[in-house]
Amino acid sequence: MIDATRRTLLKGSLAAGSVGVAVGLLSPRLALADWNEAAFHAKDIPTALTGLMGSDAPETSDRIKIKAPDIAENGAVVPVTVETDLEGVTSIAIIASKNQTPLIASFDFSGSAIPFVSTRIKMAETADVVAVVKVGDKLYQNAKSVKVTIGGCGG
Amino acid sequence: MSDIKIRATLSGEETTVKCLMSHPMETGLRKDSKTGELVPAHFIEEVVCKYKDEVIMTANWSGGVSKNPYLSFKFKGGAAGDPITVTWKDNKGETQSASDQIKG
Repeated sequence: MIDATRRTLLKGSLAAGSVGVAVGLLSPRLALADWNEAAFHAKDIPTALTGLMGSDAPETSDRIKIKAPDIAENGAVVPVTVETDLEGVTSIAIIASKNQTPLIASFDFSGSAIPFVSTRIKMAETADVVAVVKVGDKLYQNAKSVKVTIGGCGG
Repeated sequence: MSDIKIRATLSGEETTVKCLMSHPMETGLRKDSKTGELVPAHFIEEVVCKYKDEVIMTANWSGGVSKNPYLSFKFKGGAAGDPITVTWKDNKGETQSASDQIKG
């Protein structure tokens, strides 16, 4: 709870304009974990990846395991699990390649985290679910095709 | 009062955390079926997951994550009774936080 209050206070002081002072005192990771608007609004995967991870040329690796259904009856709820045994993973991104804005989520790991994440995503149509894993400065990816019977992004 | 449900279980050296949040997760691209107007975007942008005071994972999301989001992650270590805290913030600036103890 103490920490939550601290965060709120710091955000408040940032907003108030005392940016110079506040930034110097903070660990940049926590304070500047701003939502990456450019990457999340990108309409294609290279733009999204460059915006998010600084490169758009991941190497394919079968050490990244993607668990997702072969056929998803409801595109609004597609369970996806990404796991890897690569060492030193700092983040994992999940992409639905044919969605209007393909980048769905990115997960940054720290401390004693294990490179594993599971969530549920929306898919507009049959497409590849791509997982991109960042290790140091290098990017690795793997993909799994998911057939969508009813799209989950329309009305 | 919070709508975040957290379940953290310790198995061997790994703690697995599963959580469920209540949120509409509107992309801003969906049309209302009655009025035909776009439903404004309203989704969780950031989720911070903590073990004690240590940040384990920060998730950044678009509206492409399903309604009432489910999130699971794992970390090494942890002991029964230790606190896990999950906090989210959405694009309208609303925020919610919840914590629970690890079950052994």
